[in-house]
Amino acid sequence: MSKIKSLEDLMKIKEETLKNVKMRESGKRGKIIVAMGTCGIAAGAKETLNAIVEALNEFNIDDITVVQSGCMGLCEVEPTVKVEIDGEIPVTYGHVTPENAKRIVKQHIVAGNPVGDLIVKQGEE
Amino acid sequence: MPLTTNTILICAGGACISSGEESVKEALERKIKEYNLQDAIKIVETGCMGACSVGPLMVIYPEGVYYQKLTPKAAEKIVEEHLLKGRIVEDYLYKGDKGKIVPQPQKEIPFFSRQVKIATRNLGIIDPLNIEEYIAKDGYFALYKVLIEMSPEEVINIIKESGLRGRGGAGFPTGLKWEFARKSPGNEKYMICNADEGDPGAFMDRSILEGDPHTIIEAMTIAGYAIGASKGYVYVRAEYPIAIERLTEALKQAHEYGFLGENIFDSGFSFDIEIRIGAGAFVCGEETALINSIEGKRGQPRVKPPYPAQKGLWGKPTNINNVETLACVPPIIINGPQWFRQWGTEKSPGTKVFALAGKIKNTGLVEVPMGITLRELIYEIGGGSPTGKKIKAVQTGGPSGGVIPEEYFDTPVDFESLTQLGAIIGSGGMIVLDEDDCMVDVAKFFLEFTVEESCGKCTPCREGTKKMYEILEKITQGEGTEEDIVLLENLGNVIKDSSLCGLGQTAPNPVLSTLRYYKDEYLAHVRDKKCPAKKCRDLISYVIDSTKCVGCTACARVCPVSCISGEVKKPHEIDQDACIKCGSCFEVCRFGAISKVTPALD
Repeated sequence: MSKIKSLEDLMKIKEETLKNVKMRESGKRGKIIVAMGTCGIAAGAKETLNAIVEALNEFNIDDITVVQSGCMGLCEVEPTVKVEIDGEIPVTYGHVTPENAKRIVKQHIVAGNPVGDLIVKQGEE
Repeated sequence: MPLTTNTILICAGGACISSGEESVKEALERKIKEYNLQDAIKIVETGCMGACSVGPLMVIYPEGVYYQKLTPKAAEKIVEEHLLKGRIVEDYLYKGDKGKIVPQPQKEIPFFSRQVKIATRNLGIIDPLNIEEYIAKDGYFALYKVLIEMSPEEVINIIKESGLRGRGGAGFPTGLKWEFARKSPGNEKYMICNADEGDPGAFMDRSILEGDPHTIIEAMTIAGYAIGASKGYVYVRAEYPIAIERLTEALKQAHEYGFLGENIFDSGFSFDIEIRIGAGAFVCGEETALINSIEGKRGQPRVKPPYPAQKGLWGKPTNINNVETLACVPPIIINGPQWFRQWGTEKSPGTKVFALAGKIKNTGLVEVPMGITLRELIYEIGGGSPTGKKIKAVQTGGPSGGVIPEEYFDTPVDFESLTQLGAIIGSGGMIVLDEDDCMVDVAKFFLEFTVEESCGKCTPCREGTKKMYEILEKITQGEGTEEDIVLLENLGNVIKDSSLCGLGQTAPNPVLSTLRYYKDEYLAHVRDKKCPAKKCRDLISYVIDSTKCVGCTACARVCPVSCISGEVKKPHEIDQDACIKCGSCFEVCRFGAISKVTPALD
């Protein structure tokens, strides 16, 4: 660690760290909900979850919360993932393999376009 | 660093560690690893979160769910249910009034929502061992501002304008203290942080050092710049090993980042801090005794004047501030004096941390604006009595303070108001007393402490407190006289007037204030040989009500001296001559058949 000599250095650390600290708290743009009931886990939701986290990290996204939920009731299309962006209609995706998870992050979260072929449902139940 | 889905903030304050935080953390880690979630879930050990009575505690973000009274088994369940499946585990949620479950008490329960956190702003929020998290919360920005943009005089003026007063007990204006040290001639000066927290029951300084050590380093460096010192000492007691450990690590990090050492921020100012570990003598919290102790001498107070600002450590101008006082400095520098003055009263601005203890529901650490009434503090934030018994008084300021009866609970908590009532804010200990507490016994408890802790330098304190203690002992044994009470009062006033340091000057306070408000209890002890609270063992007897006793034999079985006799299913009886009044039978009886009576039966 080189010694900090300027306000810019200090700001840089603050902003970098704040990203991580902010992660803990709310005040985010939206969230990705991974259904992790027993069925979801059996279908590989754990790998999906890890893939989502990795992808978000890869694209340096810090304003999306990843949360786990219980079974959404769509057991035949597990693993399922729901994307809720503030001010937009929630989108539920099915058959979210780690590869598909990455596509969702890239296309929906980063670019803002839902991934058509994976959508199971749009809107609330 | 991989992105995390959940962050667990687990309280690693002293109280939670003693109640098993480490085993809970181990269980969490083990279970998280079992599910291969260790990259997605981060565990952060934080400083004290304040709600010590329900520890070990943790908060899971991003939801902000607050779990309490954790065990390793609870931790496993929370990993499986909450972290894996997103289902909140209700069994371990914080419970509000009437057992109402509250997942996010920090927003809803007065204990959390009525607090204003300045000195404890980072406790339970950041990882104390991660300097970058401190920086993320504006850490070391105040230091930059001070060193690059301000003159020492400007710094002193801001602190003076803020009205910040010493949080260690005496309430002396901090800015003025800095000015004295600044103006004192000499080119070698010292900055000391007094972390010798000695009041029984007070632990705010320890919590700040454990939970946010960098704030002390930053504040001491600012103070060093303001008074013109290049060397600082933190005097902390050996009983605080975690505080010492975390402060040591924080000092190392501050050096690495260049916030301590030569030419900080290229400003030309250099400053360094060393830790001095004290052996845990109460008197070493007194500033001149503390200085003696740092110099390697016996911890005894010196005559003032000269004050430390004139002739302190090694005979050089020295400034000493308490931990909590220092913790308020960086936010005042960043936000300005008026920001600090928005809380508190004209003469006592800002906030104060209190350690709530005794007969109160929410024991723990709270930071509230000065000027809050005792009633709000005890009933709204503290939650009132845990048993529903009537709260009788509150003891503030520890062994140097006094009691305040319930009828004065609408008094605002500030330095002057409490002093007028014969108590003090002191370092912020608050012990709530109810109808089961005997005031003579309370006074005796604190006096026992000062007798033990008197350094022995002054005769009035050394001999006088011991004599006072002996009289109190006589009274609680039912052998006191009315003359003893007069003597007690005289002796107290003499000790107050003739002792050299704060310890002796305040030692009689617990006795004098209980005499002021509860003389009737003293008189009941000496005249009628009665202890109204039924606490003093020599003045009570345990009796069995034969109409209520069903003869279950529980009391007879638990009695350590086998003084309870009676046949099964028939009323029992206590042999008063053999009874040692341990109270075991009283606690075990499920039929309310055993009661205490005063005066004692012959």
